[in-house]
Amino acid sequence: MKIPGCGQTQKGADMHRRNFLKTGAALATISLAPGVTLMAMGQGVGAAANPNARWGLLIDAGKCPVDCSACVTACSQEHGWENTGLDTDPQWIRKVTVKDPDTGYTNSLPVMCQHCEDPPCVDVCPTGASFKRADGIVLVDRHTCIGCRYCMMACPYKARSFVHEPVTGQKTTSPRGVGTVEGCNLCVHKIDRGDATTACVEACTATGNNAMIFGDLNDPDSDISKALAAYPSIELRGDLGLNLGVRYQNI
Amino acid sequence: MKRLFIIAMMTGLMATPMLGGETYPDVPKASGNPHPEGSTYWRINHPDLLKHGRDMTVHEGARNTTASLSDCITCHAVNGPDAKPVTIVSDQHFCRTCHEYAAVKIDCFQCHASVPEEQGQAHLMFKEPTTDGLDVLLSYLQRVSP
Repeated sequence: MKIPGCGQTQKGADMHRRNFLKTGAALATISLAPGVTLMAMGQGVGAAANPNARWGLLIDAGKCPVDCSACVTACSQEHGWENTGLDTDPQWIRKVTVKDPDTGYTNSLPVMCQHCEDPPCVDVCPTGASFKRADGIVLVDRHTCIGCRYCMMACPYKARSFVHEPVTGQKTTSPRGVGTVEGCNLCVHKIDRGDATTACVEACTATGNNAMIFGDLNDPDSDISKALAAYPSIELRGDLGLNLGVRYQNI
Repeated sequence: MKRLFIIAMMTGLMATPMLGGETYPDVPKASGNPHPEGSTYWRINHPDLLKHGRDMTVHEGARNTTASLSDCITCHAVNGPDAKPVTIVSDQHFCRTCHEYAAVKIDCFQCHASVPEEQGQAHLMFKEPTTDGLDVLLSYLQRVSP
């Protein structure tokens, strides 16, 4: 089959890309003939990362049972990663059990990317692949990640991991692949969709433990801000002064 | 009468490329509506458009970009013998048909899913053809015209 015009300069190709994207909404629907309508794939472009928001989590370790890992399972299903028990396992989220050696008091809590305001992973990234979004979410742009793993070394929370083996069957909303670094993205696809929750928080709420709250730290009326104002909470390794997006209670 | 003339004209158009005897790849048909900008525009510019769209999505959170890989994958899904969309492993995959012909290696699918997330999404974009096939011919005409 011939592809007409391929490789030749066409009128359409002269259209400036930026202008084309700007007018995406206008192009969205074109009437070709009565009763026949063409629709573009996109409906215009709008940025979803709200610069006035700072998304965060509040985790009440007192409500988090040692034997529950609903958040880890939910994350694994949402983003399509699997634990194999090896040292090279993904570290999107993991349950950590802490014990006071003096009293024997044992406590359990989920640890994931803490979404620092001043992320060390961003400081060390040589390509700019590790970056912070306008709404405070720290992400890896796998398109520019070269897999050097500096960010893994810089992260005080071991929140990043490297994909060693080729991956198949990824989720559409969570691309991940060999040779790049990955970590918790605070379910950024759900936030952009307007779900205002994450897979781990949903799962935790579904178990009835209600140990996790997701919300906007900049909004004084959000549940998370009210809970933070009402009860004491800490940052993990607060001495580092990174101003974390994830805070803990009752550790 | 007018409609018959259009159909006859377009059938003629469809037959013309076959006469050239050229070895262009047989690109699978998409399930959705044709690109308003024309397929030629997308054939030439899709790498730049996708690259622009991906940066806007990853860095700015814009999910409704005009060029979104998941939209491409949904609309251009090719069903295999088991009536499920084939992955990039199959040489029937939409992207592979052209890219193998052009000998351009792409690594998009090392990370990205090469099949639509749900069958349901593809159905949303799928338009039932009318009985006289006028839609099909019109969409073909739209794609071949610059």
